Amino acid sequence: MLLLSAFAFILILFLITFIYLKGSDFKEMFKENPDDLKFDEQENKIQGWLFVAFGVGFLLFILFLIFKWGGSLLPKAASVHGTEVDSLMLLTGIIIGIVFLVTHVLLFALVYKYAYNKNRKPTFFTHNLKLELLWTAIPALVLVLLISIGLYNWNSIMKPLDDKEDKVLIEIYAKQFDWTARYAGKDGKLGRASVFLIKGNNFLGIDTTDVVSFDDKIIKNEFHLPVNKPVQFVFRSQDVIHSAYMPHFRAQMNCVPGLKTQFNFTPKYTTQEMRRITKNPDFDYVLLCNKICGMAHFAMKMKIVVESQEDYDKWLASNPTFK
Amino acid sequence: MANSAIAHQESFISKYIFSRDHKMIAKQFMITGFTMGFIGIVMSVLFRLQLGWPGEKFWINDLLLGSWANGGVIAPDKYLALVTMHGTIMVFFMLTAGLSGTFSNLLIPLQIGARDMASGFINMLSYWIFFVSCIVMLVSLGVEGGAASAGWTIYPPLSALPEAIPGSGLGMTLWLVAMALFITSSLIGSLNYIVTIINLRTKGMNFMRLPLTIWSFLVTAILGVLSFPVLLSAVLLLVFDRSFGTSFYLSDIYIAGQALERFGGSPILFQHLFWFLGHPEVYIVLLPSLGITSEIVSTMSRKPIFGYKFMIGSILAIGGLSFIVWGHHMFVTGMNPFLGAVFTITTLLIAIPSAIKVFNYLTTLWRGNIIFSPAMLFSIGLISTFITGGLTGLILGDATLDINVHDTYFVVGHFHIVMGLSAVFGTFAGVYHWFPKMFGKMMNNTWGQIHFWITIVTAYGVFFPMHFLGLAGVPRRYYTNSTFPMFDDFVNLNEIISMFAIVAFIGQFIFIFNFLYSIYKGKKATQNPWNSNTLEWTTPVEHIHGNWPGEIPEVHRWPYDYNKPGYEEFIPQNIPLKEGETQSSH
Repeated sequence: MLLLSAFAFILILFLITFIYLKGSDFKEMFKENPDDLKFDEQENKIQGWLFVAFGVGFLLFILFLIFKWGGSLLPKAASVHGTEVDSLMLLTGIIIGIVFLVTHVLLFALVYKYAYNKNRKPTFFTHNLKLELLWTAIPALVLVLLISIGLYNWNSIMKPLDDKEDKVLIEIYAKQFDWTARYAGKDGKLGRASVFLIKGNNFLGIDTTDVVSFDDKIIKNEFHLPVNKPVQFVFRSQDVIHSAYMPHFRAQMNCVPGLKTQFNFTPKYTTQEMRRITKNPDFDYVLLCNKICGMAHFAMKMKIVVESQEDYDKWLASNPTFK
Repeated sequence: MANSAIAHQESFISKYIFSRDHKMIAKQFMITGFTMGFIGIVMSVLFRLQLGWPGEKFWINDLLLGSWANGGVIAPDKYLALVTMHGTIMVFFMLTAGLSGTFSNLLIPLQIGARDMASGFINMLSYWIFFVSCIVMLVSLGVEGGAASAGWTIYPPLSALPEAIPGSGLGMTLWLVAMALFITSSLIGSLNYIVTIINLRTKGMNFMRLPLTIWSFLVTAILGVLSFPVLLSAVLLLVFDRSFGTSFYLSDIYIAGQALERFGGSPILFQHLFWFLGHPEVYIVLLPSLGITSEIVSTMSRKPIFGYKFMIGSILAIGGLSFIVWGHHMFVTGMNPFLGAVFTITTLLIAIPSAIKVFNYLTTLWRGNIIFSPAMLFSIGLISTFITGGLTGLILGDATLDINVHDTYFVVGHFHIVMGLSAVFGTFAGVYHWFPKMFGKMMNNTWGQIHFWITIVTAYGVFFPMHFLGLAGVPRRYYTNSTFPMFDDFVNLNEIISMFAIVAFIGQFIFIFNFLYSIYKGKKATQNPWNSNTLEWTTPVEHIHGNWPGEIPEVHRWPYDYNKPGYEEFIPQNIPLKEGETQSSH
């Protein structure tokens, strides 16, 4: 609570400064003269200055946040499409930053410069078509750029993988409040499943009469992915909507009961490589739930391990098949 | 007509309770909306305590939450109930009814030159249905299982199945009843606003002479009339699914040990219906604030608003576009990706009218003579939050970028700044500016200024850092982040956010005090304290039925003749053109 008291202290200082600037004590502040609605110039000047101070303070606050927590943001994307997402994010971020800075500097500068002065005659300036067209056209052009890049990426990210392509097929199964992964096995196909078949150990409701399901592998706790190989995810949920969020891979898709959703990406760095990149020996990829799903929503997670093809094959072989 | 203004005997009940006078109904909406808003803010402070110091005991939780927080720590499902009710109350009860209900009611008849709303009775009905809706919503906090806990968006199946979360029992039923009432209230209110604006304008008040406030209220009301019924249908279908065994939103569900006999429904359908209201709702909340501040920025800069026609055009464009962007809330819900592409285009287009608005505001300030009344301070604050929050929308509106920040704290930061703060700042601006019209007294300026500075500093302190949490992948609606070591770096940042929230909350008592004190002991207002041009300032300070004692004034000019070269400092709309004077081109 130390910080809190520091805070209260700053607040009090703030108040005192204000009252001091007013040059009057607490009680007198309620006895303003009814006729002084125009305020005196001095007072308006102070407000103008406060806006400038606020602008500078705001900037310092942002710099403080970047300095202190900028390094704790998500590391660079660990998937192939994620790199594209990151570069678009950077471009958008730069544009936003520039516009934010320019408009705020303008706003506070104008407010400071044109604070009330009894000798100034405001300019009667009602409209100007050229100016309006200028600030219609410039945002429009910038948007054309952002929309084109965005749509190009979106379409390529959302394109399902080709049937013939060499890939890993995994079903991510969500329920309150944990995740299960089902690997397609040697035949590269997932067996049929339905919530109406859920019984005892068969908690995914897999159709045991479907031959395709025999070599499926059911994985709990952590699942593994081979590096540099496309992974096709299929998502299912048995109760409410969940969202499979894998932030390091810039991947997210909701798991909707009654609907199969999908997403695919190609992991770019193994867990070991990412530990070196982030200089964090404990780093792990993670799958977390990102759609409110009930009481223990905040604890619904699964570890992801990305490793070389040999290690992945070894790990997969060590897990039993469904039947 | 003048006879309607003749004073008549009124009982306490017909004057203060079942009043049909738009000015009294405006005050009723304001007091009720602000009371709900206060409850919503208290909730946010309580769950901010949990987020800042997870698992720590607070006596205030014991005091206010009772069995929701046994031993002083909020229970995980009750945390979700608090978040849900905070969202619902703030978006609908405070910022829709509290803002639009107050200022549409107060200003529409006064600024267009009408004796009252088209139907005083429907106006009264609108308020009382809203009041009942508030009561039902508050009662739902006290029922077994707790209040609705599925998030303010109440996505089924979570909201449809009591087995999924305790709050989806009676609490959810009451939530749905309260919302059905709320929508009814909002619909008849909006119809009344539209009819009044179209039919009851005084002589000379053509559409190109309407103040921008009225334009924004008109578009807001149209948005409400077109989109709220869709939410009502979504709510009714959900009631059917919950109570009558239908399967509009449910299919293939296994819960609490058994598979449900529900086939063929789709949870996505609910999302489409919800966001078809949900997105226009953002502008239902925002547009009145933009209208109010346009008026104030012009008056307090002693200068006409720049680009009047473009301001109207951008209000219309924003209103129109708001109907075809709802899908941007659903990029990763399993909606067809092709739709994602369409909604990206329409969503980003909103940046164009928004940019026009911002630059027109800035040009209005340029070479003005700015008087920093508290209303003006909050209006400038709104320009800042509208820019800051609007810009991050470029990230969320782009499907590619949304994948990774969807449902994270980035979203929370974004919409709290662009819609929450902007709308709240607009509300405060409106209250400070039109307080003399409402109560015949002035609010204290110095305390208003202090209130503004504390509010803007702490509000940015709360919501700006949330973008960093979002970029680190912290999901929203998490009871605690401590289950994920990757978020450990942000423990201190969450404490800081919570502290800002507490100070922001305490700061609002300055406003409450100033508000109540000024009603009783404030200095008496003059007829036109801000030297403003619009018609409401030609009415007497003391309220009378029918607004004007004699004839309704006739309008001869647009509302922004401030410092017109060669004429008086300001020329109210009811002053005829002088000899040789031409209408200001605009």
